[in-house]
Amino acid sequence: MNTLNKSVFLAALLSIPMLSQAASSTEQLQKEVDALKNQNKMIMERIEASIDMMESKQSSKGHGGKGHGSKGSTTTGGYGELHYNNLDGEGGASDKNEIDFHRFVLFFGHEFSDSIRFFSELELEHSIAGEGKAGEIELEQAYVEFDLSQTTRAKGGLFLIPVGIINETHEPNTFYGTERNPIEKNIVPATWWEAGAALSGEFSKGLYYDLALTSGLNLEGKNKIRDGRQKVAKARANSPMITGRLKYTAIPGLELATTVASIDDYTQGQSAKNSATMIEAHAVYTTGAFGLRALYASWNVDGKTSGYDKQSGWYIEPSFKISKKIGVFARYNLYDNQAGTGGPGNSEKQQTDIGMNYWPHEDVVVKVDYQTQDNDNNKDQNGVNIGIGYQF
Amino acid sequence: MAGFYRVNAMKKQFYIFILLIFSSSVAARGTYQEPANFLDEVFNSKPPQSKVIWLTGSIRTKATEILNHKPTRLRIRYWNNQQRTAWILDEIGKEKPITVGIVISNNKIERVKVLVFRESRGDEIRHDFFTQQFKHARLNANNNQLDRSIDGISGATLSVRALTKLTRLALFLSTQIKQ
Repeated sequence: MNTLNKSVFLAALLSIPMLSQAASSTEQLQKEVDALKNQNKMIMERIEASIDMMESKQSSKGHGGKGHGSKGSTTTGGYGELHYNNLDGEGGASDKNEIDFHRFVLFFGHEFSDSIRFFSELELEHSIAGEGKAGEIELEQAYVEFDLSQTTRAKGGLFLIPVGIINETHEPNTFYGTERNPIEKNIVPATWWEAGAALSGEFSKGLYYDLALTSGLNLEGKNKIRDGRQKVAKARANSPMITGRLKYTAIPGLELATTVASIDDYTQGQSAKNSATMIEAHAVYTTGAFGLRALYASWNVDGKTSGYDKQSGWYIEPSFKISKKIGVFARYNLYDNQAGTGGPGNSEKQQTDIGMNYWPHEDVVVKVDYQTQDNDNNKDQNGVNIGIGYQF
Repeated sequence: MAGFYRVNAMKKQFYIFILLIFSSSVAARGTYQEPANFLDEVFNSKPPQSKVIWLTGSIRTKATEILNHKPTRLRIRYWNNQQRTAWILDEIGKEKPITVGIVISNNKIERVKVLVFRESRGDEIRHDFFTQQFKHARLNANNNQLDRSIDGISGATLSVRALTKLTRLALFLSTQIKQ
């Protein structure tokens, strides 16, 4: 037993340095594992940070456009529409058989800070502009917008008047019909932009207001409202225009809005002062596949004769989406630019449109429609309109 | 003479109006709830550790179909606690990303909240009267569409579209994570 005890004791004595060596190497190993873990953690953190930076640059890009500029905060976009009209003229009206790249529009925007931004819209109409050419280049928006609070913002510059359904939202894939409706074109008159300042905000959930003080129409020597647009091109600024809009959208799918615009002197100081006032009201309702748009607009133009002292019109447009890509619509339009006293009595214009939109992509649309006119002067243009449009 | 004074008065109103607008203090709008606060609210102030799902392979293909463009992110962060999953997602309406918090519970939408809205128009989508439409919505597995139609807001088409895509994406991704 003694010999055995001695052997055990001796073995234990001999293993002490070995155990100590093993312990030391385990400790070393643990240190290396810890160092590797730390290194791995640091690498993962750097990868995460790199991906975050890359993704934040990527996600600041505009709607399909490119984000660039000094801080990656300049955005571009645009829309365009090509129209083909094949209309037969009756009662003395001319035929219309033409193809026209009606609008080619580029957007440029820039975010100076979280609360100050710039937006612009530059449009080439009818493909080619210049002396004696059919088209023109127009600056339709160029304003700086300031957030005053979470629900209030102000803007200054050249901007679209807050009126109607298509004046502010007129990308071709957002409305039915190759051509825009004649009421908003001839009565509102869209697209209508002026220069000045505006305040927009929210009274309560879904109840919005806009108030704008801008340049106004110049109807000196002109009768139709549309002809009075000065387009902020060295525009006479003797008499500003005040525009106010109330918009209610608190029920999903429903928009109810009304706009009043008033100008104290539409002659812009060129002759005896005369005022003009417009009232517009519209409803848009979309539920499921069914849609309905209805709009009424009317101008009272003091001092005009031959019926031009009252210019008004309305339209109603039911629509139905057969599938996500195909929708059909019908639109009844009635308007009169000489509806006042002393008018010719045959100036009322009536147009009915039926047609379809096909969206091969949510931002691309192909349109086909058929228009029939029943104008009081019997000068009608009836036929087919075809268009293709896009936005990005 | 009276006309002259009236024109001058109008001009004066114009200048005062402009002065009032631009002398107001400029404050950022659009952040309706900080994402961290949203998560605190969803998980009773104890949000779980976040996890990530990588948008690769078939997940990326489906996400591309839902968004109608390639995802701008390589991976998406989420917070998962039992059967509830919270997502903070971004999608551009017209120009700027809209940040949305979405909670999925048992493959149905429990809550949708617009956290940050940076676009110039369309911020109506942040209101409950609009987001309530998504409550309990599921994803149709055959076409990755919601099982109900969402009534839009006129003039906010692109914002509505962005929000709807994000809810579909959150529902899809929730089926792809490992519990």
